[in-house]
Amino acid sequence: MLETDFCGLKMKNPTVLASGVMGCNAALLKRVAREGAGAVTMKSIGPKEKEGHKNPTVLEWEHGLINAVGLPTAGYKNAEKEFKELEKCKSPVIASIYGSSIEEFTEVAEGIIGFEPAMIEINISCPNTKREGQIFGTSPEVAAEVVKAVAEVCGKIPIMPKLTPQANNIAAVAAACEQAGANAICAINTLGPGMVIDADARKPVLANKFGGVSGPAIKPIALRCVYQIYEAVSVPILGLGGISNGRDAIEMAMAGATAIGVGSATFYRGIEAFKLISDEMKTWMKEQGVKSIKEIVGAAHD
Amino acid sequence: MSELPQIVKITKVQRETGEHHTLFFNFKAEAAPGQFLMVWIPGVDEKPISLSKISKEELAITVQCKGSWSKRVCGFESGTKIGVRGPYGNGFSTEGVKKAIIVAGGCGSAPLMPLVEKCLVEGIETKFILGAQNAKKLLFKKELIEKLGDNLYITTDDGSEGTKGFTTQTLEELLGKEKPDCVYSCGPEIMMKGVLDICQKKKIKSQLSLERYMRCGFGVCGQCVMDDLMVCKDGPVFSGKTLSESAEFGKLTRLKSGKEVSLKEFGDWRQC
Repeated sequence: MLETDFCGLKMKNPTVLASGVMGCNAALLKRVAREGAGAVTMKSIGPKEKEGHKNPTVLEWEHGLINAVGLPTAGYKNAEKEFKELEKCKSPVIASIYGSSIEEFTEVAEGIIGFEPAMIEINISCPNTKREGQIFGTSPEVAAEVVKAVAEVCGKIPIMPKLTPQANNIAAVAAACEQAGANAICAINTLGPGMVIDADARKPVLANKFGGVSGPAIKPIALRCVYQIYEAVSVPILGLGGISNGRDAIEMAMAGATAIGVGSATFYRGIEAFKLISDEMKTWMKEQGVKSIKEIVGAAHD
Repeated sequence: MSELPQIVKITKVQRETGEHHTLFFNFKAEAAPGQFLMVWIPGVDEKPISLSKISKEELAITVQCKGSWSKRVCGFESGTKIGVRGPYGNGFSTEGVKKAIIVAGGCGSAPLMPLVEKCLVEGIETKFILGAQNAKKLLFKKELIEKLGDNLYITTDDGSEGTKGFTTQTLEELLGKEKPDCVYSCGPEIMMKGVLDICQKKKIKSQLSLERYMRCGFGVCGQCVMDDLMVCKDGPVFSGKTLSESAEFGKLTRLKSGKEVSLKEFGDWRQC
């Protein structure tokens, strides 16, 4: 009923662990897969070992989360052990990469293709670092340039740029990425950046001051972005942003997503979120007489 | 209701040893022994710190003046404002326990103080092994003598007070004579590995409080991972059974970057 083929990735259900959530090591990723995720995404891997920002880095505010972790990474040169351990993962594993230049993106991609991840997510949209990511995902031309360069390196491994809702025209960015060789589109990364100020402390709370906003608050924006992207491309979409329950996931599928990312929901519902969301999707589908999730992908379009 | 830090005023600062300070503040929260708060110094940094006192009126944390963050905290006086969020994680359980031995190394006694309190309230027969490098660093010694009298066993690495040697040696001696329902421990991970090994050999249940570098504190970011466990949410208190199955406990930890390092190479996280 929920079986999904996403770009050749055989998934027992369409839920995907979003990058940057619980993805620091192989053992925890495997646990997330056991707990019900249809696929899991590793935390973004960068060119060099990097500590990330000081705390506070991840906060929950009233309607979602806000984070500025700062892309900590052991670097691709230290990634071998995790990849090797992930060979036994019950669900397909998506690797995520970032860089601060096209050369760095291709360097990291080259560094990890030997480990044969099921797919490579290209993080061109993290709003938290001034150089890394940000500029790439807002412009169709630059995004396409990154995708093209990474595609040349990756051969048969499918690649999927992760887009930012900050782009003026996210559909145009998606279309440019598709033309450049993207096999799928991932949307959206966190919104913003935003900020939280504490009145009593008279200070921003995040050490980085600004951070990416996620969770229930951004769902309407995520739905709109995926809806627009679906009309602009023919490759499959991994839709995410504020998906917390089965009904949210169904709505995301209707906007056009084949696979559905889950991140902040793990704060509200724990690591069980994937199973809970899948079960709720099935309940809704049974009630509505929907036999396969495929039937409703893009159903909200005219 | 959000999980953002709440600004609280420090009501009292208690100097424990030359290098340990306890900060009291009013923060209404249901907290269990072994749970921790994320403690924020606005504009500086935020760290996970175990509660060292839990009462209806106030909570307290105890900090060792070691790193740059904690040195700053140790300079705080009554009236200084800090941000706190939590409490987070799983605390110690005393369910079914009638007889307990508690093993503390260095500033590991901080999270164990509310456990002592709980044990006494529940009428649990409690023995406490307090270890430190030397006499000057024995944290909460006076309080523990008042509460436990002869049931407090002191060890120091240099023999400047109590028995010369490690807490694990005293634990082994005690376990030769008696069989508690549970051994509780907090301290350097290498010491706790020793405690676990002894308990496993003697088939005695144990609960140990761990530390890893944390970010969110609520089980989302995955930074504090140990095997497939998130120390912040699945811990910080783990059963000996869980830890005996761990490939990383007592051996590996992770840097802020997520890179794996051996505990020996790393030293120890614990700042109280």
